[in-house]
Amino acid sequence: MISQKPSQPSSGRRNRKFREKYLPTIISILSVIVIFWAIRSAVINAEQWPRIKAQFFDISAIIEVFPKVLRGFGLNMLVWVISIASIALWALVLAIFRSFSGAWFAPLKIFSIVYIDLLRGLPTLLLVLLFGFGIPALRIPGLPHHSVFWGGIAIVMAYSAYAAEVYRSGMEAIHDGQRAAAKSLGLSQMQALRFAILPQAIRNVVPSLLNLAVALQKDVALLSVLGVRDAVREAQIYTARTFNYSSLIAAALLFLVATIPMARFADYVTRKDQERRLQITR
Amino acid sequence: MAKITIQNLTKYFGEKLVLDNVSLSIEEHEVVCLIGASGSGKSTLLRCINDLVEFDKGIIELDGVSIHDDKFYKTNELYKRIGIVFQSYNLFAHMNVIKNITLAPRYVHNVPKAEAEAYAMELLNLFELDGYAKSYPEQLSGGQQQRVAIIRAMATRPDVLLLDEITAALDPELIGGVLSIVKDLRENGMTMVIVSHEMGFARDVADRVCFLDQGKIIESAPPENLFSNPENPRTRQFLQRIIEAGRM
Repeated sequence: MISQKPSQPSSGRRNRKFREKYLPTIISILSVIVIFWAIRSAVINAEQWPRIKAQFFDISAIIEVFPKVLRGFGLNMLVWVISIASIALWALVLAIFRSFSGAWFAPLKIFSIVYIDLLRGLPTLLLVLLFGFGIPALRIPGLPHHSVFWGGIAIVMAYSAYAAEVYRSGMEAIHDGQRAAAKSLGLSQMQALRFAILPQAIRNVVPSLLNLAVALQKDVALLSVLGVRDAVREAQIYTARTFNYSSLIAAALLFLVATIPMARFADYVTRKDQERRLQITR
Repeated sequence: MAKITIQNLTKYFGEKLVLDNVSLSIEEHEVVCLIGASGSGKSTLLRCINDLVEFDKGIIELDGVSIHDDKFYKTNELYKRIGIVFQSYNLFAHMNVIKNITLAPRYVHNVPKAEAEAYAMELLNLFELDGYAKSYPEQLSGGQQQRVAIIRAMATRPDVLLLDEITAALDPELIGGVLSIVKDLRENGMTMVIVSHEMGFARDVADRVCFLDQGKIIESAPPENLFSNPENPRTRQFLQRIIEAGRM
């Protein structure tokens, strides 16, 4: 082997290269095809398949209901975007309250602690029902009485409690030396947060916040329990009329189209963030 | 009148007594080195001087005025007149060098941006870091980061500098550059309180060396006396261990 020139690899070496480079890929592709084909055949040949297909995968039903479900889905995404912005802000305020030390700030700090404990401890669905039906029923003049608005408020309140804890973990992860430096330079508590702590903390928690945003993307469907005509509600209306569940599959597909890329994006940002940290501690 | 007067300073961390009735006065332009084993209280003493650590009993005065006086508390003047440099630099990682240096002058002491930056550039030139104004801390070597930290502490034109083991985190070949700056500052009359494990440096730069043990200043003398002819047996023991460890 040693006497052979590297420019002319022997057939044995070429063979090994083929084995190392392409064979694993070919094996994976073939095994995936075989397994999935077997599952597909088993499903399609099952006695119940025609009924299942008509019930859930009726193409004409999906096409018929699609425009309405899509319009509902637009509402889901609108609520999602507005909620993300509101949560990002409100949770930051809560986290800042919670980080305060000093007697004068005690009410804000305690408010934040109680808020986070309560709102993390309650099912989001319960909050959506409570706010979405409860508050409009009060008919308080001056307050909006749309279910979407109050349902959205409930979702923002619940998710802010989680997001505030994410911010807090980011703030606590900032090395004490940064606080000591800020104080020794004469920065006030607020200035230390603004200039030294928050810019670093927020940057560190962006991946975790993005994962919350992915979870929220599905939870906006909770508004459907209020009768809000979002994607899930539109699909339910169709199901109630026709006893065909393909409309829910149509809504499911729309959610997947939105959530999978979002989850991939969150993974990508997380990976970039880890690489950045490795470089700093190198 | 002394520049800094420390009287009967006592400090507990929980139950543990870390500073035990410490008194020390530091004259203007004097360089005082605090030495002692880990846990002897020297860093805590240093951090009490600029109010970074609260103490339980005693008083610390700057130019005859308590550091807890309204004069200091309401004006940030204490932080302007006393600068501190830490072992781990503690530069703000998300800010470039010039922002790190001008942060306190601009936002605490309301110096106009142009003026603050001009002075920062002057200091960067002086310490041969003029090419790095726009660099971020992670792009600099440890020695460069520590020099930036010294400049940041100098940016408010303080009359006292506290140096807390500023070479302890540096690779040996980078220590010299940082220590030569401290010598320059001494030549320019800066009053300094230094916590250091570099005995050779303490001998070179200090007017007076204080040996701390269990929260007390056991011995205080000019370096030539303290290092070559220590009076207290515990000082002798400490210096013996340092020599055995090859650090002197």
